[in-house]
Amino acid sequence: MGRRSAPEINAGSMADIAFLLLIFFLVTTTMDVDTGLTRRLPPMPEEEIEPDDVKVKQRNIFQVLVNMNNDLLVEGEPMLVTELREKAKEFIIGDPTFQDETFPEGKMTEIPGLGNLKVSKQIVSLQNDRGTAYEMYIKVQNELVGAYNDVRDEFAIERFGKTMKQLEDASEKSSKAKQQLKAVKKFYPQRISEAEPKNIGE
Amino acid sequence: MSKFKKKKSGGQPAISTASLPDIVFMLLFFFMVTTVMREVDLKVEVKRPEATEVNKLERKSLVSYIYIGSPKSKFQDRFGTADRIQLNDAFATTNDIIQFVEAEREQKDPAEVPLMTFSIKADKEAEMGIVTDVKQELRKINALKINYSTYKTDKIVD
Repeated sequence: MGRRSAPEINAGSMADIAFLLLIFFLVTTTMDVDTGLTRRLPPMPEEEIEPDDVKVKQRNIFQVLVNMNNDLLVEGEPMLVTELREKAKEFIIGDPTFQDETFPEGKMTEIPGLGNLKVSKQIVSLQNDRGTAYEMYIKVQNELVGAYNDVRDEFAIERFGKTMKQLEDASEKSSKAKQQLKAVKKFYPQRISEAEPKNIGE
Repeated sequence: MSKFKKKKSGGQPAISTASLPDIVFMLLFFFMVTTVMREVDLKVEVKRPEATEVNKLERKSLVSYIYIGSPKSKFQDRFGTADRIQLNDAFATTNDIIQFVEAEREQKDPAEVPLMTFSIKADKEAEMGIVTDVKQELRKINALKINYSTYKTDKIVD
């Protein structure tokens, strides 16, 4: 039975091997989190429906045009991107009494938890040229989405004492927060309409 | 004095490195799990624009990417410098998008198809014309959930 015990394998280089692998994964790993503006495209219109059927009053529309030189025209006035957010917020909030002719009309809407309220019939219309730079388009989109987010935030704080982010976090657990979140979204619905592509400013 | 001498001669015991492999393995597993191998070779130059109101893309497995930008310099002699679309590993035209969306949908669980997001990774210098064409194609095939890929920044400048 003279079985000799096998010599123990030296595990000292285990660390080296592990280090080698570690460095490989360190180098190949990409930690970037994908972020971006999430939007929903409108469905393609049914062919029978003429697009001209829907008429919206001028005072309800906030018109944003971007031409091929990346110039911004907001409600007929040239403007810088940095000024767009304030202007858009002003329009979205509008006139609380709905008397002012320059701001959108109101419409009685039932909002769960808040009762019947007059909700602004605002629509933001964005139109860009085929030659507009993507960067400019994203900036404008960003400012318009930001304006809605700001307005909603202000409303949520005024009514419920919480920011939208807090409501969103709480909505997973409490149905009350969920309802409040819905109410804010219903009071200030995000209506960014993108016109069918067109060549402007040529 | 002899007291000090004694200590010196004794020496400090060497720190055991026996647990070093364990620590390294722990790090290794962390990186192995978090690492995402790049699936596609980018053939177009994509410098993403910046925005402030960004959302994180959840459920990466349900996201498909559409790249738009000018071809990289090694492809420019064949494809020129005009903006191009890249789907998977190849250059494509707007006509290929419908097929691409259908192929992507087929790979996924039918129940999850409505949750799919198409992320548009376009270069900031790209012209809106091609982006609009892509969006129109996506609308045609009813792929309405999209995401404009951007970096997060604190402030927008003119």
